[in-house]
Amino acid sequence: MNASDAAASISGKFSESVSGRNEFRGETTLVLRAEVLRDVCAFARDGLGFDYLVDISSVDHFGDEPRFEVVYELYSMKDGAHLRLKIPVSEDACEAATVSDIWPTADWHEREVYDLMGIRFTGHPDLRRILMWEGYPHHPLRKDFPLEGKPTDVPGVAFTATAPLAGGPFVTVPTDGTTQAREPRARTAGEVRNPEPAP
Amino acid sequence: MSDRSPICYDSKIEGNMIITRLDAAINWMRSNSLWPMPMGLACCAIELMAAGAARYDISRFGAEVMRFSPRQSDVMIVAGTVTYKMALSVKRIWDQMPEPKWCIAMGACASSGGMYRSYAVLQGIDHLIPVDVYISGCPPRPEALLDGLMRLQKKIMGESALANQKKALFESL
Repeated sequence: MNASDAAASISGKFSESVSGRNEFRGETTLVLRAEVLRDVCAFARDGLGFDYLVDISSVDHFGDEPRFEVVYELYSMKDGAHLRLKIPVSEDACEAATVSDIWPTADWHEREVYDLMGIRFTGHPDLRRILMWEGYPHHPLRKDFPLEGKPTDVPGVAFTATAPLAGGPFVTVPTDGTTQAREPRARTAGEVRNPEPAP
Repeated sequence: MSDRSPICYDSKIEGNMIITRLDAAINWMRSNSLWPMPMGLACCAIELMAAGAARYDISRFGAEVMRFSPRQSDVMIVAGTVTYKMALSVKRIWDQMPEPKWCIAMGACASSGGMYRSYAVLQGIDHLIPVDVYISGCPPRPEALLDGLMRLQKKIMGESALANQKKALFESL
């Protein structure tokens, strides 16, 4: 069964809960309502043969509602099929159901999403930070977290200070403009942080 | 034999005897048996290993005894990106090293944070511990590390007596 057939099968079985289906350059994506995620995942593993969860990632659509999106990359070892599932997560709830009992590998992926994006996974057996340390107060991959960081201190464990960006490369600003406006090669000190969007 | 060398030896005149200043003799011994504490944190550590292996052979400079115990080390080679999560551990290992001790910041990351201008990376190990030699490169080649080591040896040879260096420490004792 290839990914298109799998997506069709899921769309048929959970027709009222699949809010979007997208095929682009041979990649199949399904957008689901968050409530049915666990049912769809269990069906995908047991009924459709997606025995491998490649990755869980998350997207911060800062300024939009729902703000976050959690992305699941599924793979079938037998068929070589790759399917992507997405669920929206609102900023108020900031919660998603765990799939760590369906694919045990989800355990650490969900911890990473929790650590860096701040989305909590209900039912997770051990939801601790995985990269940053316990006591670090921020979730660094959120769009409203500055790249240079914020000063923190957990005595005896770790501290952080802001990095001197000095207008260097890789500094992005939230803007509607093109990539050049969003992420120029370098920015000189004193330049406006929030340039006008390109017409 | 150079006039400037603090250690002179002429077997025709002096036989089996060497006359020198105590400082010079101690510095000579210290600089030629620098036991490194290899603080390998990123890709620079690969070049550090290459410097220790046969082709570049850091033992030509008496620094081949990589001690993984800080209590037996003389020079800490901070090779790689120091994240904030690791930073206090590096400081703690540095504090456990006995005096006299030196530090080499190997590569761009250990010297200044390198390309990691970000929330996660300490912007140079000199924020926490005093650095004697900075080595540029990303990562530096083993020759650059050997050059840094030789510069550190030169620096040690010029040091005055420990009592002068560590006045505050001696007065507190």
